[in-house]
Amino acid sequence: MVWSWIPQNIGQIGQLTLQNAYLGIVSAMLGLGISVPLGIICVRWRLLYPPVLSIASAIYAIPSLALFVVLIAFTGLSDATVIIPLTLFSLCVLVPNVVDGLRSVPEPVRQAATAMGFGPLRRLAQVELPVAIPVIIAGLRVATVSSISLASLGQLIGVSSLGYFFIDGLQRDFPTEVYAGIAMVIVLALAADLLLIVIRRMLTPWQRRRAEPMPPAVLTPAPADRDLAGVS
Amino acid sequence: MTFLSFAWTWLTSRQQWHGADGIPIRLLQHLGYSGLALLVAGLIALPLGVAIGHTGRGAFAIVSLANIWRAIPTLGLLIMMVVYLGFSPLTWLIPLVALAIPPILVNAYEGVLGVDPDLIDAASGMGMTGWQVLRRVEIPVAMPLIMLGLRTAAIFIVATATIAAEIGTGGLGRYIIDGLASNEYGQVAGGAALVVLLALLVQVVFVGLRRLVVPAGLRRAART
Repeated sequence: MVWSWIPQNIGQIGQLTLQNAYLGIVSAMLGLGISVPLGIICVRWRLLYPPVLSIASAIYAIPSLALFVVLIAFTGLSDATVIIPLTLFSLCVLVPNVVDGLRSVPEPVRQAATAMGFGPLRRLAQVELPVAIPVIIAGLRVATVSSISLASLGQLIGVSSLGYFFIDGLQRDFPTEVYAGIAMVIVLALAADLLLIVIRRMLTPWQRRRAEPMPPAVLTPAPADRDLAGVS
Repeated sequence: MTFLSFAWTWLTSRQQWHGADGIPIRLLQHLGYSGLALLVAGLIALPLGVAIGHTGRGAFAIVSLANIWRAIPTLGLLIMMVVYLGFSPLTWLIPLVALAIPPILVNAYEGVLGVDPDLIDAASGMGMTGWQVLRRVEIPVAMPLIMLGLRTAAIFIVATATIAAEIGTGGLGRYIIDGLASNEYGQVAGGAALVVLLALLVQVVFVGLRRLVVPAGLRRAART
């Protein structure tokens, strides 16, 4: 470990960290932007959910490097070549969480909103989605952390990210660079995770008095009981 | 579809199917790395996860492990191993196993932990010993989650084994990494197509396996 390398290269470390954060966070946000409407549709038309889930989990199984390479033919060596696959992967975590979140809204709450004169759209925006926020953000945390970590692989096809330190460190046989890269990816991912916890607490003030819910421990893209529901 | 035409041209040329760097050998290497890593990870993580779920000890460590796991950059870990160990079989085996353990461990743990306590009471009431309850009730009921953990681990291993070509292993990732280095998109596309097919095949195999090992009554119950 050559500690002096770190201050000497602080500018590059900062720049690649930002670029890596950009790739990961944009992917997760795009994933969220697609999952919310898709999840609403899957709750409304139940028959759509199993096939959507099967497709999402099939895409999730494809190694990211292979997907990057397929996209080179269409988007070249741009950021989109990394962002599109990471967005697709995030759907596998986010769609089930949006659906579960919306389904977890208690029936009396729904009926109360209707009785107060809420139409279906207003009820969705002002009652159902807010109640679903904790579950949706739990999924977003998983998607963001994974995307930030996977974004470092973009370097393999030449899209700059913290992965640069891995490959450059390997070529120059310089471990410090590799360690610094790994540390920055993990720090970045955990910082984003923490930020999302703070956002969740701000968005759901009514939950503050209750015990902090545990993050989902199950390491799976989709909730276990709906494992490939359409296929098996 | 430039990708498909490139991939098709490369895949159908006869020279890809022979020799030490031919597709059959590369595919066998990929399956070999992945299978070995999954086996070792399963042997370590399954008993441990079941034991932790059964006794309830060490649960906090499991949840923390689950969170850190997703943040670890696989390429960084692989390259760190090269820096430490140089190029040996352990260089790729250790990271593949290490990355596969958390999903297997956590799902086995969650599966056993989530077994309905009434069910365990009923089994004990029927006179089963602790060991029998574990073997004949808790593990079968946890089977859907255990299989899901193994499948997630397999997906992860196949993907990481592809990237491991960057540190000089064989397998299908070689085509992608070498093709990128020499600017031959045909080879890159062909290699990627093979990796995609392999990944989908792994999915199908696990869906089939699930049918074999998950008790029929549970398959229906899990549908709701």
